[in-house]
Amino acid sequence: MKKSLWVRTGATVLAGTMVLAACSSGSDESSGTEGGAEASACEPSEGPVELEYTGWVPGMEDAIALWNDANPDIQVTYNTGPAGNAGTYQDFFNQLEAGNAPDLGQIEFDTLPNFRVQDGLTNIADCEGVMDAGDEFVDWTWQQVTFGEDDAVYAIPQDTGPMAMFYRKDLFEKAGIDVPTTWDEYAQAAQQIRDEGAYITHFPRTDVNWFAGLVWQAGGQWFANDGDAWTVDLTGPESTKVADYWQGLMDDGLVKDTAGFSDEWNNELNTGELWTWVSAVWGSNSISSGAPDTSGNWGVVQMPQWEDGANAAGNWGGSSVAVLKGSEHPYEAAQFALWLNTSEESLTALNKGGGLYPATTAGLELPALKEGLDFYGGEAIFDVFAEAAAATDPNFVWGPTMAQTYNDVADGFGSALGGQGTLLDALGAGQEATVSTLESQSIPVAE
Amino acid sequence: MSFLTRTAGYGPPAARQVRERPMSRLVAFVIIAAFSLYFLVPIWWLFVASTKSRGQFASSDGLWFADWHLWDNLTFLFTYDGGVYLRWLGNAVVYAGVGAVLGTLLASMCGYALAKYAFRGRDAVFNVILGGVLVPVTALALPLFLIFSAVDQTNTYWSVFLPSLVSPFGVYLARIYAAASVPAELLEAARLDGSGEVRTFFTLSVRLMAPALVTIFLFQFVTIWNNFFLPLVMLSNDKLYPVTLGLYAWNSQTNAVPELRTAVIVGAFVAIVPLILAFLGLQRFWRGGLAAGGVKA
Repeated sequence: MKKSLWVRTGATVLAGTMVLAACSSGSDESSGTEGGAEASACEPSEGPVELEYTGWVPGMEDAIALWNDANPDIQVTYNTGPAGNAGTYQDFFNQLEAGNAPDLGQIEFDTLPNFRVQDGLTNIADCEGVMDAGDEFVDWTWQQVTFGEDDAVYAIPQDTGPMAMFYRKDLFEKAGIDVPTTWDEYAQAAQQIRDEGAYITHFPRTDVNWFAGLVWQAGGQWFANDGDAWTVDLTGPESTKVADYWQGLMDDGLVKDTAGFSDEWNNELNTGELWTWVSAVWGSNSISSGAPDTSGNWGVVQMPQWEDGANAAGNWGGSSVAVLKGSEHPYEAAQFALWLNTSEESLTALNKGGGLYPATTAGLELPALKEGLDFYGGEAIFDVFAEAAAATDPNFVWGPTMAQTYNDVADGFGSALGGQGTLLDALGAGQEATVSTLESQSIPVAE
Repeated sequence: MSFLTRTAGYGPPAARQVRERPMSRLVAFVIIAAFSLYFLVPIWWLFVASTKSRGQFASSDGLWFADWHLWDNLTFLFTYDGGVYLRWLGNAVVYAGVGAVLGTLLASMCGYALAKYAFRGRDAVFNVILGGVLVPVTALALPLFLIFSAVDQTNTYWSVFLPSLVSPFGVYLARIYAAASVPAELLEAARLDGSGEVRTFFTLSVRLMAPALVTIFLFQFVTIWNNFFLPLVMLSNDKLYPVTLGLYAWNSQTNAVPELRTAVIVGAFVAIVPLILAFLGLQRFWRGGLAAGGVKA
């Protein structure tokens, strides 16, 4: 029934009139709720196909032009929107509701569960080549797009944000302070740097996903989903450890409270008031453009460890390309998404134009990622991040309402920075707010 | 300068004037100065920030100039991403300019009809429109999106342009003003002279209502120019964006592409220029009209 509908729709509708599109997506939804994760048959459409793709990566057009030249029968149109949480996600949800969502959409890993819960993603596991591509991607990213389900793939990983530590090589050297390799040493260094009149870093009140990256490194889990219900655990032992650690630095006045990516923050980086930043690979660009006067003075090492000699990294950011519900050409959309995120020519173009750090293991070896960067004293800093990508725990799970969770925790972080309550209190409040949000959306929560 | 003219015209002749107390003049001056500062300082900041290079932007005093980089910044703004900014500006001018002209025409005709013709259900219609004034435009965006989806017209010029034509407040204003400024005797005379209703409206009534029309136009122009949520919901093709949405999209990408900060700031500065021009160009009519009303009274 469902299969024949897909075939019929594909064969008779080229430009997709509204009535049929609404009809097909409507019936698909109803069968989707019964069948759950069941993959829809994925067969090529007949005749030329036009795909719509919405995202916000600059320079994406260059990669798409390569594809369009090579595939005259599968033409892709790209729309640039605001960044996901700034509006594009809401647009997707509106369009899914109206049945006119684009075929492909950029979705960050932390928002994929949200779309999965709202039944906005097409399972493309049965599309040719998709299951086999799993081995090409960095472990943890594949886990994100399958949700750990068998025979299910809901998106193709695009880029990642492995974390490491940026630090002012020159200042550390001049002050005779050792570059910290553990969080204990980091706290000691923080005191020494404070004695020099500067700060080791800032604690960003609004970048809760940064904090999540640190919890991720510590081996914590904020969410789990056993197939029936969600477990929410923002205050587990690892999260508590990380929160207490930063609370300690804050109480001792060793970290600044500047908001990340603000002008003030740029200025503090530029004038040497902040000496380190534990951040993702894309942070290299933030520093070089926000603190142009410090060129040549920065180095990158693995982020500090909780255990001496351990090798664990966190991740901050990264996105995937999903085939949205209602697409009439899942086969072609999946083929394009695979090419876009695995082929060397595409990954090179995306890295050059949009600064994307690939999610495939082969992509980490791109020639462009092996070069030294002038701003970093000619060091090939991406090697450090490639190592971090491999050292990222594959099993971290995001919740289905991360935008809300971030907001609530950020509120608490703000209070904690103002001296009211602690970071741990903020996590506790975020926990409560998240559970009640899930319940209000009728998403089952395990006690 | 214009302030002076205005005070002179409005104030009673100096000879008869009761001497103002210096104290109250001072208080009035301080209040006006404080408000002017409040509104002008952000614009000043924006202008100063537009002239700075990226490095100096963070490191130099926000309210005073560093090295002059305005031309470089403008070049960057107008060439980034194939000059898409110019297109956004053009889109905004079309949405706001054409939308405000047609919107004013519709609102004035509607308000005029409600004021000057007695017909059954007139008050009901007017009350419904008054109700429309109370509904925030933002609240209508999503229903409009679903309606346009049903006819497959989202992500088109029309999806932003058509809803912009509607201005309940404009109708309200036009009705009030038409009732006060277009005498029934005049219409009667026009009818006796054989002028049709439509001709009377365009040749006679429109002129009498001119100050209200300018007000409606300015309101509508600014509303559409600043309308952000409707395009955000309707449009996914960035070639159709008005300038507000385009700048917002850029601003949301500054974490990944920090160079865009410059473009956002200079772009915001350039984007307020048409509004300033519209106000400076039209306030002449506005003031003249209100004064004319004052004389009659």
